[in-house]
Amino acid sequence: MNKVVSGAEAAIAGIVDGMTLMLGGFGLCGLPEKCIEALVKSGIKDLTCISNNAGVDDFGIGLMLKQHQVRKMIASYVGENAEFERQLLSGELEVELIPQGTLATRCMAAGYGMPAIFTPAGIGTEIAIGKEIRNFNGKDYLMEMAFDADYAIVKAWKGDTTGNLIYKSTARNFNPVMAMAGKITIAEVEHLVEPGELDPDHIHTPGIYVHRIFQGENYEKRIEKRTVR
Amino acid sequence: MWTKEDIARRIALEIKDGYYVNLGIGIPTLVANYIPADMDVVLQSENGLLGMGPFPFAGEEDADTINAGKQTITMLPGSAVFDSAMSFGMIRAKKVNLTILGAMEVSENGDIANWKIPGKMVKGMGGAMDLVASAENIIVAMQHVNKEGESKLLPQCTLPLTGVNCVKKVVTELGVFDILPEGGFKVVECAPGVTLVDIRKATKGKLVD
Repeated sequence: MNKVVSGAEAAIAGIVDGMTLMLGGFGLCGLPEKCIEALVKSGIKDLTCISNNAGVDDFGIGLMLKQHQVRKMIASYVGENAEFERQLLSGELEVELIPQGTLATRCMAAGYGMPAIFTPAGIGTEIAIGKEIRNFNGKDYLMEMAFDADYAIVKAWKGDTTGNLIYKSTARNFNPVMAMAGKITIAEVEHLVEPGELDPDHIHTPGIYVHRIFQGENYEKRIEKRTVR
Repeated sequence: MWTKEDIARRIALEIKDGYYVNLGIGIPTLVANYIPADMDVVLQSENGLLGMGPFPFAGEEDADTINAGKQTITMLPGSAVFDSAMSFGMIRAKKVNLTILGAMEVSENGDIANWKIPGKMVKGMGGAMDLVASAENIIVAMQHVNKEGESKLLPQCTLPLTGVNCVKKVVTELGVFDILPEGGFKVVECAPGVTLVDIRKATKGKLVD
């Protein structure tokens, strides 16, 4: 079950204009930066991107926004990106802001084969408009649908050739739930190893969820807010 | 009148031994500096960490280890890392004992607005909507009035809501206010040098003293 592809360009093969992509990461932490580079180079456009954030002006999804490759962004927090704000206010970019837990759980639902989830997040707010509300044990919950993404693109610390993945520290964030949720899942890793080198007890994402894997070189791993004591 | 640090120090008094606490961005982040050393408190960061420690020393920053405000941080012994779905799972399941966050407006029935100013600011709600919808113990740390000098403690919020009927306590530079179940801001404590008259002048919502 060898899932290895030669690199980012080979990994994103099949992604075409108009598709829906999930991109892992929280801010710039745990971002699939090699695949984003390849997507920027490819010029593929009219994409719907599901990601917690929209990157910064010159890194992450911000690079795709600059080239107008994104038609719609689904995210929970989009501060720290001037170009994003400009495109949003000018109407060039469609944006759907959703609660962070709802975003994560809609990914999870897709990976668990469940069509929808119920969450109290957003009850009584404009997020609830037009959505089905159900009352369980005296409390109202919104029905939120599982995501339907063509490709999920994630970044892991280590992976083996069969697609088993291990994440490092808080670079885990959305990556495991998105890895489970794509029709096709691409994983880029810092260290690609042979089957047997990863302890089965330590696997975060079982390889069954991963279709393509490659080792990226020279990760920049940019820090968004370097803060010291 | 309290400084931001004083507000954080005052809120820290609400934390009890054994609590799991989620701290929002801004003044809430400062609360961590005032948790007594002999108290067993675990900080949750909703990007997927329990056991958040102080900021790293220069040169020891790890790009893979950040808090929900995207700042580099450290992990304390006994920390655990998990994915975003589990992070909000433990929030929804009420495992986190106390949530402290900032706000643009709070209403006298405990509604909170802190994610959007239509036509002006679009940053998104992040994890705030999930937190306020599930947490049972929510304290808001904020300035009493906005930059225009208008009260942020209101009869009703004017900005798009983050959550309804959820805030239990508000701490501002002027004092500490409990939100009563029947509605209204009950004055629990005035900051040094602040009188009820000062508070009344700065508060548009119903005050109970």
